[in-house]
Amino acid sequence: MTHLLEVSGLSVRFGGVRALDGLDLHLDEGETLGLIGPNGSGKTTSFNTITGFVLPAGGTVRFAGEDITAQPPRHVARRGIARTFQRLRLLTELSVFDNLMVGQHLTLDHGIWANLLGRSRLRGAIARQTDEMRTLLRHFSPTLPDRLHEPVSALTMIDRRRVEVCRALARSPRLLLLDEPSAGMTPDETAELMRDLQNVKAARPSLAVILIEHDMAVIERVSARCVVLDYGRKIADGSYAEVTRDPAVRRAYLGEEADA
Amino acid sequence: MGTPDRATILPALAAILAGAGATLALLLAETQWHVAVVALAGVAALLIGGRAGFGDAIHRSVASHQRVTSATAWLAGAVVVFLLREHNFELLMLCTVMLYVLAGLGLTVQFGFAGVVNFAAAAFMGVGAYTAAVLMTSTGLPHLVVVLAAGVVTALIGSVLLLPLLRTRGHYAALITIAFGILFRTFLEVNDTLGGPQGLKVPGLQIFGYAFNEAIEFDDETEWSFYTAYAGVFIVVLGLAYTLVRRVERSWMGLALDAVRLDETAASAFGLNGAAWKIAAFSFGNFLAGIAGALYAILTAFIAPASFTFGDSLLLLSIVILGGLGNPLGLLPAALVVVVLPEKLQVIQEYRFLLFAALVILILLLRPGGLMPRRAREYFPGRSS
Ligand SMILES: Nc1ncnc2c1ncn2[C@@H]1O[C@H](COP(=O)(O)OP(=O)(O)OP(=O)(O)O)[C@@H](O)[C@H]1O
Ligand SMILES: [Mg+2]
Repeated sequence: MTHLLEVSGLSVRFGGVRALDGLDLHLDEGETLGLIGPNGSGKTTSFNTITGFVLPAGGTVRFAGEDITAQPPRHVARRGIARTFQRLRLLTELSVFDNLMVGQHLTLDHGIWANLLGRSRLRGAIARQTDEMRTLLRHFSPTLPDRLHEPVSALTMIDRRRVEVCRALARSPRLLLLDEPSAGMTPDETAELMRDLQNVKAARPSLAVILIEHDMAVIERVSARCVVLDYGRKIADGSYAEVTRDPAVRRAYLGEEADA
Repeated sequence: MGTPDRATILPALAAILAGAGATLALLLAETQWHVAVVALAGVAALLIGGRAGFGDAIHRSVASHQRVTSATAWLAGAVVVFLLREHNFELLMLCTVMLYVLAGLGLTVQFGFAGVVNFAAAAFMGVGAYTAAVLMTSTGLPHLVVVLAAGVVTALIGSVLLLPLLRTRGHYAALITIAFGILFRTFLEVNDTLGGPQGLKVPGLQIFGYAFNEAIEFDDETEWSFYTAYAGVFIVVLGLAYTLVRRVERSWMGLALDAVRLDETAASAFGLNGAAWKIAAFSFGNFLAGIAGALYAILTAFIAPASFTFGDSLLLLSIVILGGLGNPLGLLPAALVVVVLPEKLQVIQEYRFLLFAALVILILLLRPGGLMPRRAREYFPGRSS
């Protein structure tokens, strides 16, 4: 059986830096994978390469049985891969609703008739989207649905992170790539976010998720399987218990934690 | 929805009345003093009114009475033209203002919405003007068709800039448009079939057999300026273009353009094709500029390379920024200030541009968002969603 996502031998170089060095990764429908590793180990670069923002020096990315290596981001998006950005990239001067609609870009009708002439279709679409997005936001916060028409700049950092996740979830992707969605959150807020994510997952059983996290304890609760990167290489792949017992991981990752 | 309270329409009506009144006052002001007082009072009203929250009140009022306000605005435009019917020079200025607003609408879509710079807006008006002049003198095409064709030709000629524009960013893209403007002017000056530096004469407008260049006489006493008819046509064209641009803004199209301007890369992660949207915005903007240019050629009956300079492009850009980048409504007060003020302050000759520039800088210092800063998008204003 082929996997939903199959990354093999992926290498990325930035000048002299080997950001990824022959990475192999696979993921099945409905699976949640934790991607961990020290700073600069290539976690974000792996997302950037899968989604077409960075061109690989070698290796392939296959999604749903098709080769998507080095395709531009908008083509990757078409196939049902959505992502968040480690440093949020919301359009802060636009409303929460507008940001979520950027996430829905591919489902919206951009035709001249609906937008400029008839407009009753547009009105219907907006009413539908408003309901849908309120429901989606409610998974993550009881107050966000009421702030749908406020500019993102009026939200706290924590709420912005939630909106960033919702933007990626808006179009019901097949694969969701979350790059440290809980950065800057307290342990309680992080736990809450993970619970919310699991609720969404429960409602969409076929959704596959890769979650980049710094905190291994967070990973333990949400994903059955973890991949550990170090210097652009995969040094472990298995259940949380297996991975944390791995001596290479202890050296690379936990050692760093001990220093900090 | 229910019937909104009657009284809530008052701010909208008051705003339209004030706008029409200020326009008339500025156009009819005869002494330097009057001009200065009217212009300063108008600008101050916009600035202070904005600070005091009148803008919000007016906006809410307009939003909940869309039909009535737009009908009133059309009517107000017609009344202004009617009151000026015997004032040749003032009508000509009003017509010029309207064409600058029309071209400004194009720039709003390009620069304000999509973030595509264009320092050659006047050159694109020139393309439309020359296209119209050539088509009107050498073909028998109906003039309405000629005007539309001028828009289409301008959009097509603009597309030669697309490749370099899409490949470069920021200052380089700006330089490319500047170079185009200069090339265009040089091309006209050396091209004898297009009249060279002396330019071309342009015949008057004829629509359905009605010749616009004849004075409108009723009897021996009353005679209306022939610009009255032009102003009437321009109001219709401008109203349509304004509605179209507003609808672009208040739709998924406007959102996509905002996303291109604000963070094209992030939006591409959700499937947005930045290049395609920039092409659409640039072409549509040039289409409007081309139509404005064609109408300008017909209005002034004569065009020359000197009518479409880099300075004019800057003037158009300053209108768009002064009005409030991305707000089509701000174009009207901005164009009035930019077009009428230097014209009316002739007496101070050399200093008028200095004064005018100082005024523009002062306004932008006081309110960086312009006279009427752009508001957050409401897809269907007045309907709670
Ligand atoms: N655009 C780039 N240009 C140059 N070097 C880059 C670029 N992006 C990443 N790198 C380098 O590639 C390496 C991997 O970076 P990456 O951002 O993938 O790490 P990460 O695992 O996401 O780290 P963190 O936990 O800090 O987010 C680092 O050495 C980084 O400096
Ligand atoms: Mg990272």
